This record gives sequence, C-alpha cells and structure tokens, in this order.
Amino acid sequence: MSDNAVDGDEVAHIADLARIDLEEAEVERFTEQFGEILAAFEALDEVPETEREADLTNVMRPDEVRECLTQEEALQNAPDSEAGQFKGPKVS
Amino acid sequence: MGDYNAYIATDTIEGTDDGPLAGRTVAVKDNISTKDVQTTCGSAMLDGYVPPYDATVVERLKDAGATIPGKTNMDEFGMGTTTETSAYGAVENPVAEGHVPGGSSGGSAAVVAAGDADMALGSDTGGSIRCPAAFCGVVGIKPTYGLVSRYGLVAYANSLEQIGPIAPSVEDAAELLEVIAGPDERDGTTRDATDHGSDYDFAAAADGDVDGLSIGVPTELLDGADEAVVETFWDAIDDLQAQGASYHEVTLPSVEHAVEAYYVIAMSEASSNLARFDGVRYGKSGGEGNWNESFAQAREEGFGEEVKRRVLLGTYALSAGYHDKYYKKAQDARAWVKQDFDEALSDADVLASPTMPVPPMKRGESLDDPLTMYLADANTTPVNLANLPAISVPAGETDDGLPVGLQLVGPAFGEKTIIRAGSALA
Repeated sequence: MSDNAVDGDEVAHIADLARIDLEEAEVERFTEQFGEILAAFEALDEVPETEREADLTNVMRPDEVRECLTQEEALQNAPDSEAGQFKGPKVS
Repeated sequence: MGDYNAYIATDTIEGTDDGPLAGRTVAVKDNISTKDVQTTCGSAMLDGYVPPYDATVVERLKDAGATIPGKTNMDEFGMGTTTETSAYGAVENPVAEGHVPGGSSGGSAAVVAAGDADMALGSDTGGSIRCPAAFCGVVGIKPTYGLVSRYGLVAYANSLEQIGPIAPSVEDAAELLEVIAGPDERDGTTRDATDHGSDYDFAAAADGDVDGLSIGVPTELLDGADEAVVETFWDAIDDLQAQGASYHEVTLPSVEHAVEAYYVIAMSEASSNLARFDGVRYGKSGGEGNWNESFAQAREEGFGEEVKRRVLLGTYALSAGYHDKYYKKAQDARAWVKQDFDEALSDADVLASPTMPVPPMKRGESLDDPLTMYLADANTTPVNLANLPAISVPAGETDDGLPVGLQLVGPAFGEKTIIRAGSALA
C-alpha cells in the first residue's frame, strides 16, 4: 500500500467536507478501496508537464429579460416551500 | 417488451406529426430532462423529480416527429460501466443473458438491441455510449465535444460528456445524430460544425466506402486486451482491408495514463456538480438538524455507493494539499492525450481499437472491485479527454457468442469520416 493511503479519520473528514453522513461500515470499506484507487492514481506522477493550449473563447449574450420558469415551476420539486420560497433547515 | 429492466418509466411522449423521425421510436436515457415526465438519473435522490422543461435534444426529437417510448435505466448519475449501480435495479443484456449490458447507458443499448425501440439517446462521459453499444452488439456514437447541446442533461462531468445516438445500424445512428446536432444558445459550449470543416449530412456519409481509407491502430489499446476480443478486432480490420482500407500501427504513449486522468477529472467535476442535491431545492429531504446535518443526511440516504465513492474521491482530489498532485497532473495528462491524438491523426484518417478490452462481464462480477471496473474504460476514456468523436460498431462475436465492438476515432468534427468507415461494417 502506498504512503499516501488514507486512514479512516481522513475518509470521515472528506465525507464531512462533502456533506455525506457515512455509516461506520462505509467508512471502513471506502478506506480500503481508496488506498487501492489512490495508489493507481499515483501513476499520474509520471506525466510530463505539458503545454496546454488556451483555446478558450467567452460566449456572451445580451443580458435581457426573457421567458423563464414561473415561481411555481421552480418550486415544484422542492421537498418543502413556504410563501413562494424554498424552505430549508435552520441556520445555526 | 422483455423483462431485462431497461426502462425506468414507459410514459410515452409524442412528437409532432411530421418530420424526419415520424413513425420512429427513440428511447431517452433517464439523465436527459423530459418536461412533465419523471427524470431520475437512476438515483433514489431524484425519485419523483419531474423537470419543468425539456432538454434541447428532446425538443429536437419531438420536432423531428419521433415518439419517445420511455426513459431508460442507467448507472446512477452515469457512474458505472455495467448498468448495475441504478437505484432501480440492474439491467440484463438482452443478447447475452447473464451478462451486463455495459454502462452507463445500458438501458438505452438494451432496448435497441432487443428491438423495443428503433433508436435511443445515451450520454458518454468516459465511454458510456460506446461501452453498452459494444456489449449489446449495436452502434453508438460519441460526438465531438460541442456538437450536441447538453442543455437539460443532468450534469456529471461537464467538460467530458456528450449526448449521442445508439441504433441498430450506422445509418440510423447517423440519422439520429443529424436531428440532435447543432448549436444551441442555451449551451455556450456548443459549436457549429460548419465553422469546423463539416456539414450536418451525417446519414448520407454512411455509404460504406472505405476505399483508400487509412487506419491507425494504437498498439497500447491492444496490449492487455482479452485474446478473444483482439482476435475479433483483427478479423474486422481484415474485413475493412478487403474493402480497400489500409492500416498501420501507431503509438500513443499518453493513453497509458488516460484512465487515471479521466477518473480524477470526472470525479472532481462530479463532486462539484452533485453538490446541488441537498434535499432543499430537490432530492430527498434530510429532515431535522442544522443545515449541514440535514444535507449530509439527505445525501447519505439519496446517493448510492458508487456515487458516494466518486464524490468523496473528487472532493479528496480537489482538497488542499492534493490539488497539484492529482487534479493538476490529470490536466497535464489530458493535454498530452490531446497532442498524441492530433499527431496520430495527422497521418491516419481514423484510429481503430477494440471498444472494450474485455467481453461483457457476468452480472455481479465487478461490483465489489471498483478499481477493476475503472480500468475497463482504458480504451474509451482517452477520446473524451481529447474531446474527439468516436463510434462503436459491432465487430463480431467471441467463440462464446459474446458481442465485441470496434471503436473508430476521428479528428474533431470528423463525424462523417467515422460514420463512413463504420458503415462498412454495420
């Protein structure tokens, strides 16, 4: 196993950053798999630094009012809403 | 209709009366938004989600007179190579019972292979159209990045994915591509093929004329492939040679690193894209607790294991201290792959390889071993990194009767070339 293999605490920390409340068994399973997968990703160390051609163009359109979803349509898939707004959990 | 679980829903959407696809059925992968018809991405997170608008490709299908017979099953959010990670159950391969149909557009390939739809749309982020096409013995096209609008495609990895056709023949696939291709003001990454040396007469290019065609065969994509697959591949090359094509070996050293680069980039983009599924705007509500607890609960319950795996690995690759080690290196690899393809295509019209290095796996075989499943994408992922078009056509079968696909890769906006070459075989 590589030096960079993750441990359980690290997986739990990443899960926290990603806002996924993993179960204990998942943390264990992922810890083992991530060691193997990240070791395979180490192969990227052999990649030479490569000139990246910046072939990018901005795509703009006039900022004009146009047809869009109604408030009702925009809210139709929200699990909870109130007074025409998304209703989320308490902040604090 | 077979019992191979290829449809998540069979709500019929009727097109206009007239048009080039009038009287034809085109099944649509369930990560493509259909107005008023449930779109789940194969995820419990989106169970019951009903888009208030159509994807651009769906509008174009309806305008072309196609009937959509249903939404097809898929690996959850497009994450998988076997169509076994769907929250709605695995799909059976209708032409090779007991084996997977390939993924992630496995439902789309299966309904075409079984004859339950005339054609279908899939999406291809790292091979998700070509892999199931190969495993089910049908034709799939991954278009040049920007040829087809992604508006209304639920995002997994924006810089890699394209919507494309799956059909029984190259000509049918080309005809469907003709309908969905073209710029869209709602997707700023679309480009007009006519600005890049092509027109949109894709179906007419399916004339089977390969006389004088120069085929490059990247040796790296044959190394390590299953013997029966390699044998079937060379038989197909012989067939093309007999019809007037010639082949030479080419080398693409960068592709050795493509599959790792692909997964780092795709997982990184996924970790960002899937942040929207929080149980507030849509998705399962996470219930009580503060904002973070509620989100984390909703995402634990709503996402399947493969999705969690990729979101976490993507979060890791982008996190402080690891960005340069994984993400930046993956971008270097991507640029290198692009250069390699450009060079190889400067003295070949198309590049040919087996689509998948292995025949269709047995069902259940690869689920416990994610790394092995990721490595199976070695031949398809380089094409997405380079944003090039590619087609998978049936090359024949192994002695055990399992379908083998041949992949042809062309230059950017070289759809007509790969269609012409592919049509000599299917």
